[in-house]
Amino acid sequence: MSNRCPPSLLSLAIDATLYNFHNISSDLSFLPEHILIDLFLRTLKAGKLTPRILKLFLATGKEEILSMIQALNIQLVLTPVLPTTSVKDNEVDIVIGAFRSDLTSFMEEWRPIFSRFHIIVVKDPDLKELKIPEGFDVRVYTESDIVKVVGSSKASLFSGYSSRYFGYLVSNRKYIISIDDDCSPAKTQNGELVDIVAQHLNNLKTPATPFFFNTLYDPYQKGSDFVRGYPFSLRSGVPCALSCGLWLNLADYDAPTQALKPDMRNTRYIDAVMTVPLKSMMPMSGVNIAFDRELVGPAMIPALKLAKEGKVRWETMEDVWCGLVVKTVCDHLKLGVKSGTPYVWRNEKGSAIDSLKKEWEGVKLMEDVLPFFETLRLSPLAVTAEECVVEIAAAVKERLGSAHTSTAETMVEWVKLWKAVRS
Amino acid sequence: MSIPATVVTPPLADQLDIVIPTIRNLDFLEQWRPFFQPYHLIIVQDGDPSRTVRVPEGFDYELYNRNDINRILGPKSSCISFKDSACRCFGFLVSKKKYIFTIDDDCFVAKDPSGQEINALAQHIHNLLTPATPFFFNTLYDPYREGADFVRGYPFSLREGVTTAISHGLWLNIPDYDAPTQLVKPRERNTRYVDLVMTIPKQTLFPMCGMNLGFHRELIGPAMYFGLMGDGQPIGRYDDMWAGWCAKVICDHLSLGVKTGLPYIWHSKASNPFVNLKKEYKGIYWQEDIIPFFQNVTLPKECTTPQKCYIELSKLVKEKLGPIDPYFEKLSDAMVTWIDAWDELNPSTDSAAAATVKVEPSKPK
Repeated sequence: MSNRCPPSLLSLAIDATLYNFHNISSDLSFLPEHILIDLFLRTLKAGKLTPRILKLFLATGKEEILSMIQALNIQLVLTPVLPTTSVKDNEVDIVIGAFRSDLTSFMEEWRPIFSRFHIIVVKDPDLKELKIPEGFDVRVYTESDIVKVVGSSKASLFSGYSSRYFGYLVSNRKYIISIDDDCSPAKTQNGELVDIVAQHLNNLKTPATPFFFNTLYDPYQKGSDFVRGYPFSLRSGVPCALSCGLWLNLADYDAPTQALKPDMRNTRYIDAVMTVPLKSMMPMSGVNIAFDRELVGPAMIPALKLAKEGKVRWETMEDVWCGLVVKTVCDHLKLGVKSGTPYVWRNEKGSAIDSLKKEWEGVKLMEDVLPFFETLRLSPLAVTAEECVVEIAAAVKERLGSAHTSTAETMVEWVKLWKAVRS
Repeated sequence: MSIPATVVTPPLADQLDIVIPTIRNLDFLEQWRPFFQPYHLIIVQDGDPSRTVRVPEGFDYELYNRNDINRILGPKSSCISFKDSACRCFGFLVSKKKYIFTIDDDCFVAKDPSGQEINALAQHIHNLLTPATPFFFNTLYDPYREGADFVRGYPFSLREGVTTAISHGLWLNIPDYDAPTQLVKPRERNTRYVDLVMTIPKQTLFPMCGMNLGFHRELIGPAMYFGLMGDGQPIGRYDDMWAGWCAKVICDHLSLGVKTGLPYIWHSKASNPFVNLKKEYKGIYWQEDIIPFFQNVTLPKECTTPQKCYIELSKLVKEKLGPIDPYFEKLSDAMVTWIDAWDELNPSTDSAAAATVKVEPSKPK
């Protein structure tokens, strides 16, 4: 016959505490240690040791409790702050055009952010050797690889700043993120590293809103929304095809500007991303971009190479031209382009004044091409990026004169290459 | 405290009026005193004209109530809304200054992330006095801000920019959401301080909020008509939207710039979303037609002044939007009345006739 002792007042009190633990958030340190230990063991036994309750016990600071926790190897699980959209590793390729023979410091700096992903490094044909540290899933393409894929006559397309486009060509992932090899991760105001992969993908995976300007910027960011007066029919947005990031420290200014203001550094971290409106032209900076290769890959063209293109951004316009083409294609196909976060930290490289001494044909170029792009209209028959590019190439040949014939031809070549590599 | 040898004059102190519509009180002005006191205020008192709205001591102001509006405009007063903050545009009409800053009476001084109080008026003035860049998007936003510039690839021929006609500020705390969004997200607060000013590109429309707004009265004033709203009208809370769409189209046509972004103010009062829903209801449907209308408007070359542009716009409104609802025909007529009133109260300097109407507020300065 079971003749159980009736429960003691203490035991009832502990039961009641357990039962009401979800309501208790006050300091437990007033409890005598032996009662605290009893409570702790009973909590464990009842399976009610949640992180919050564990914190309550830890906060008492009582030695016995702390050593018990340690002995039982109970660990506080820190919930990682996940990015707004989950990033699947196999949908991303990181493409780097290498100008430096030793990429060790660059890759080490980016390791916390890049190590999950597949990386394509395209070696600038002028480089003699290339050093890459261990521990990355990286594929290096050299000049001979390029020749194998596109033939020796087309290989020159991928030299200098245009080498990264070869990476775009051979990638088979959906999203490409591409930065210059003289950039480091930036830090937010809280001192955390800016995860450009997560942020670029967040930009690309949330809709863009090119048809009407939202004064609170990207309405799909947390804490933001469409403002009063924003038409409801436009609130579903369009897919975002291109995400243009920004730069702290050395901003992407042209040579004259930087030469005039040699000490000017961009220190302002602006926590915003926004859609570049329809028909608005913009200067895309290849220093820090990401795009949806399936949507606009064919439009990311290494078509324009300055005669004296050098190894610093002050001596190239390939990305600016490419950006004008991509924006035109996106406007026509009702895709979006976003600009703003994420930031990278751009390191000092080169001399603006030295670049200035070279003939800056890029500056003259912009004056000619802007009116062209502003009045360019594509036909309704162009429904893919490839078709758009072919139409733009024809228009370039017809309207921009002999100076740009090779540009037009390169654009057509690129589309052919793109199709050939895909098949 | 050391006193400067010469008096430091706040910028544009004699060229800018602050227009405040109010139906409640002006207690909020106390907090703005350090920033607003050097400037002249135009108070537009909405609602019951027999109420006395107390203006805090020490401000230089003129106050107009509905009786004043009726007296000054006579039959033209029909274009000024009643029981709606749209009545503020009467203040724009009677001002004699070059610039206007308008603010709502539930907007207070905000703080930037470093804890510093924001002088919203000073920022608006900076926005208005520096050029805008509507023809090409600068990825570092306003290149005229300290610490920023035009980026690589920005055409040099466009770097002079154009005159800024409108400076559109933003709000922390209660965001300017429409009624449906307010109902779904009643607790959402705007806490993100985005440290940028930017030009809204040409041919891009935007929702202009009248809570925190500066503009160049001489260049764009005639287009800043806040429409027929409130009492006796089928729609409300679209006054500033309407002015913004008209003004943007005209700015694009006249190559003037519109900036948005800083400064922030602290918006303290959340209006009742159910009341808002009733007011906005028609607007939510009508804006689906209104937006394409504005997106496709082209104004003829001969429209070289904001008044001419506005009259032309009023004709297009009657023609294209009239079929949607008779309200738009009324609105079109009101737009014409507004321009008549504008021209009467703001005769051009080379016209022979002086102003026939003497504008006198009911409360002397």
